[in-house]
Amino acid sequence: MHQTFDAALEINLLHANQAGADHNRAHFDEWGIICLNLMSSPGAGKTVILERTLAALNQELKMAVIEGDMTTELDADRLRQYGVPVIAINTGRSCHLDSQMVSGGIHTLAQGYNPSELDIVFVENVGNLVCPAEFEVGEHAKVALLSVTEGEDKPLKYPIMFQEADCLLITKTDLAPYLDIDLQLLESNVRQMNPHVTIIPLSAKTGEGLEQWFDWVRTQVQPLQIQQVLIQA
Amino acid sequence: MHETDMTKALILTVRDWWESQLSHPKIDAIHLIVGQFTCVEPASLQFAFTVQTHSTFLEGVRLAIRETPLIAFCHTCQKEYKPEIGLRYTCPTCHAPMEDIRSGRELKIDHIEYSQAEIEASSTNYNIT
Repeated sequence: MHQTFDAALEINLLHANQAGADHNRAHFDEWGIICLNLMSSPGAGKTVILERTLAALNQELKMAVIEGDMTTELDADRLRQYGVPVIAINTGRSCHLDSQMVSGGIHTLAQGYNPSELDIVFVENVGNLVCPAEFEVGEHAKVALLSVTEGEDKPLKYPIMFQEADCLLITKTDLAPYLDIDLQLLESNVRQMNPHVTIIPLSAKTGEGLEQWFDWVRTQVQPLQIQQVLIQA
Repeated sequence: MHETDMTKALILTVRDWWESQLSHPKIDAIHLIVGQFTCVEPASLQFAFTVQTHSTFLEGVRLAIRETPLIAFCHTCQKEYKPEIGLRYTCPTCHAPMEDIRSGRELKIDHIEYSQAEIEASSTNYNIT
């Protein structure tokens, strides 16, 4: 005779990833680092926006990049030209970074550099609008990018990415005049599920909107710097 | 295929539970709750589960997935509504944005169904007394 039983588990399927993300964030907090997770579909312009950011803020902020790429180091090599630490993580066939991969990146970073001297770590996720949204890596804020060529309906189709974003960069605005895209509709589609997101239209080519993005990055770092001053005082 | 990673996490969690049980009971079914407002496709999860449990202690175990609908609460109207995923997320009455999600984001291992030989259980009891 067999008896059947039920064991209530009620454990989140992403529990292990979440625990790893919290662990990574604790490291960042201990070192006084703000971590931003950049996510978009392939080709929306994550790497070029990072290039502009590293070039513009190099004098005032100590930055590093953890770069997720499926097979190559092409993006990492582009970013290394700016003289900042770049840790490349090849995700193999995985379509997103998870907290364990980023943990590996953090430890590699901490071997070569003193992490306490860093202000900010950018994580460039694998180009994909679906699963990176579900896998937290230990970031303090999520930045989504959407290029004008992708169409204003994408926030409706990939809602989780846009619902989770703290900041949305609408990239390649220099191309907008050549397209039938309705930027107002795009913004209102995003605000349907994320009314408080900061939306910054910009172009890495013309420089439009970049200052606004740099200011947003500065505001992310500021609370931490104020905290550090208070601790020192 | 992020369902592959999620299935791996699922198997590891269930294995931890199973190893913590002294009698290593026979698992009959694993019950999951998957919200419709997640990036998880139940059919892909089923497929990954069948493939990844092959020749393991979970081979042949039933994976029961209960989907929960996306339900939001509109604070202006003080009522729940069902956003239409892919089309419209605002409140159908007052068009306020979707801010308060009440259901649909779940990704949970809810419970495990397992069986144990009754004789074994009673003989254990007998030994203790």
